[in-house]
Amino acid sequence: MDMGSLLHQFIQQMINGISLGSIYALIALGYTMIYGIIKLINFAHGDIYMVGAYLGFIATTYLGFGFLPAIIFAMLGAGLAGIIIERVAYRPMRNAPRIAILITAIGVSFFLEYTMMLIASPQPRTFPAIFEATVYHLGPLVVNSQQILILVSALVLMVALSYIVNKTKAGMAMRAVSFDADAAQLMGINVDKTISLTFALGSALAAAGGVLVGIYYNSIDPLMGMMPGMKAFIAAVLGGIGIIPGAMAGGLILGVVEALVSGFISSTFRDAASFAILILILLYKPTGLLGKNVREKV
Amino acid sequence: MANENTAAANAAALQEANATAAKRLLDLKDVSIVFGGLRAVSNLNMHIDEGELVGLIGPNGAGKTTAFNMITGVYEPTEGQVHFDGQLVNGHKSYQVTQMGMARTFQNIRLFSELSVLDNVKIAFNMHVKYNLAEAVVRDKLYFSEEDYVAEKSMELLEIFHLEKHANDIAKNLPYGEQRRLEIARALATQPKLLLLDEPAAGMNPQETKELTNMIKWIRDQFKLSVLLIEHDMSLVMGVCERIYVLEYGFCIAEGKPEEIKHNKRVIEAYLGGEAS
Amino acid sequence: MNKQRKNDLLALGACVLIYAIFEVLIQLEIIGPFWELNMVLICINIILASSLNMINGYTGQFSIGHAGFLAVGAYVGAIFTVKLGLPFPVAIIAGTIAAGFLGFLIGLPTLRLNGDYLAIATLGLGEIIRICILNIDYVGGASGFMGIPRLTSFTNIFWIMIVILFFIKNFKNSAHGRACLAIRENEIAADTMGIDTTKYKVMAFTLGAAFAGTAGVMFSHYFYIAHPASFTFMRSFDILTMVVLGGLGSMTGSITGAIVLTFISAYLAEFPEWRMIVYSLTMIVLMLRRPQGLFGSAELSAQMFKGLTKRIGGVKIGK
Repeated sequence: MDMGSLLHQFIQQMINGISLGSIYALIALGYTMIYGIIKLINFAHGDIYMVGAYLGFIATTYLGFGFLPAIIFAMLGAGLAGIIIERVAYRPMRNAPRIAILITAIGVSFFLEYTMMLIASPQPRTFPAIFEATVYHLGPLVVNSQQILILVSALVLMVALSYIVNKTKAGMAMRAVSFDADAAQLMGINVDKTISLTFALGSALAAAGGVLVGIYYNSIDPLMGMMPGMKAFIAAVLGGIGIIPGAMAGGLILGVVEALVSGFISSTFRDAASFAILILILLYKPTGLLGKNVREKV
Repeated sequence: MANENTAAANAAALQEANATAAKRLLDLKDVSIVFGGLRAVSNLNMHIDEGELVGLIGPNGAGKTTAFNMITGVYEPTEGQVHFDGQLVNGHKSYQVTQMGMARTFQNIRLFSELSVLDNVKIAFNMHVKYNLAEAVVRDKLYFSEEDYVAEKSMELLEIFHLEKHANDIAKNLPYGEQRRLEIARALATQPKLLLLDEPAAGMNPQETKELTNMIKWIRDQFKLSVLLIEHDMSLVMGVCERIYVLEYGFCIAEGKPEEIKHNKRVIEAYLGGEAS
Repeated sequence: MNKQRKNDLLALGACVLIYAIFEVLIQLEIIGPFWELNMVLICINIILASSLNMINGYTGQFSIGHAGFLAVGAYVGAIFTVKLGLPFPVAIIAGTIAAGFLGFLIGLPTLRLNGDYLAIATLGLGEIIRICILNIDYVGGASGFMGIPRLTSFTNIFWIMIVILFFIKNFKNSAHGRACLAIRENEIAADTMGIDTTKYKVMAFTLGAAFAGTAGVMFSHYFYIAHPASFTFMRSFDILTMVVLGGLGSMTGSITGAIVLTFISAYLAEFPEWRMIVYSLTMIVLMLRRPQGLFGSAELSAQMFKGLTKRIGGVKIGK
């Protein structure tokens, strides 16, 4: 391979990586927000993304919705699911040992996956093509309209989230609770409500990611959330868990690395590369790229 | 060569010390630590001789616990050297420092709370246990003799601290005062030369504090060790310590006998201000 | 004789009895092939659960990648018997050592992490091990390692399990085990007691991984095949459920958990979705209602044997 085609392939993989990465970023945002507010690795988050994809599937296939109503439907539905899960499974455990909550989260994850299998069968479903996949050629490079759709949707959602977190009263409450829940409570913030809102927002973003993936890959199945869920978690850790811009950056970096590994080495090592990144970041900078170091007071 | 040099330096330091007092056990030379631009402790010079009972006092945030943590190897000083029993403490992890012969208690009690009172003490004997993993698994003679020895010694310690009737209770179920005593018993089980107590009277009433005062003296004599005490409670420090260091904003502002400290102007200003006026 | 020795011998006697009963039932064909298979599976799961319990229960380090070590044992064992033609005991030892060594290599850097981070790292490493196996053609890649002889029998797996259980029990009741418990309870305090916390964490992790390797060798030599799909995160979760159901920190709990869950999966084998739903609901309800599991961290055997020896002693005095 000569330099020209190498460079061309590099840019092509960057394009693929960024669209994949923006989906990771959408899921990672929920992870990071939930971790930030109740210090829980919500293992079920990837499955909320799966639920979102199925809701989008129902909306488009059975209800005949277009893209925008479908994605809003999925986001609302998944947001509600997030609130219910927090209410039923996590809220009673708020003062329980960390391991107990983590196990609960793993339990919820499997519960969602296999309940969905029972309801919708383990077979993959074909997601209807609500968008014509137009392929654009920019010189030797190929970009398709779905990649642009993913990127634009992800950007819009991220801007909206940043606005909610930074400019609104509810966002301020979220930041306050994640900084110090007890102090926030004393300042008259309704902590329970704020945590519910965080779950709703995080879950809605994951659902949006699910619908976008459904459109992109045309196929959804009950276990589709496992890998992206883990990848998104890696992205959140990479950026610094609990930090919102960190999740966005982490998602994009991870997407690009994966695309490069599949493009230049082998797609079978794509997942291994992500986990290797995770291990490396945990060993060398466990607080993530944008995180600060803290140590336990003795 | 480097080792020989430090050894020689140590020997010289020791001789110098011997001329004036008993053997020097702990020695801090110009010790400082910086946390992200903040000098938590600056140029601290401090020493403890064998058998001494020394106090370290100062207002909140003066750097007492930080100094404690540097002595015990939890933090490594940014500058200066800590010597203990002729060995350099800098760069050693806290478990190694314990193995050198230092034991400590914590401001906020840190027991092995779900384990029995007896196990809490047994764990402190760990580094003196001689059998290895294989011997533990096949349970040879050494295992049994060592286990018997540890159990016996642990019970002895519990008896000294009047905890023997609680030996099989879960540590977290003990009343507060007894948890404090257990923590001291556990520290003594490591067989230290120097015992560091971080605010042992915190949360105790005057009666309990009085008992503690007597106990600290008694421990020093009984176990033939030195004690370094961080304390807020003035009555305890003045009543028990032979020498006191006063920290303020990370600087050592005074050193001397309790009587001298009581009348030291800077100390009164800095620390006793409210009480003096 | 020493009281502990006496208890050990008593426990051993009970094991011989249990073994004899089941072996006779198998020989008389009262226990058919389906349940014999499940007996073997129970033994394998008991090894897995009690070895994970060493890491998660005793030492308090949250590992959720145990299936990775199971896989290493399964494959290394198969390489030794099938590819190298060496005897089964050699393969068992090799699989154990290989998994233990990998556990040591992995544990050394990752055990510096705490809580959640360690959990994710072990999960990631478990997956990396699986993905690597998937890409090695020498061991069959994605289609699995086939043609492994069935060398595992109820007899050998039962006694290997007993040896491992005794090992773990004696480990826990030694200074080394107490060091691990101390780390679980309060790492900083353990450190100030002169305990090299890293050393003991790595020790528990290595031993736990090694025993998972043993279980792996036995596993692949019973089911004729080692397939990457048998060693996913789901398998790790299975093992974790057993430990948590029984009670983190209790060996009796791990054993009970392994038996109960193996039975549940045997009964629900035809309804795989329901099986996982039951698993996950058990887990959630358990955490909500009884987070310490069935046994907490207590050991049934200790109390039981105490009662038993007292009674025996009483009879002697009576005579």
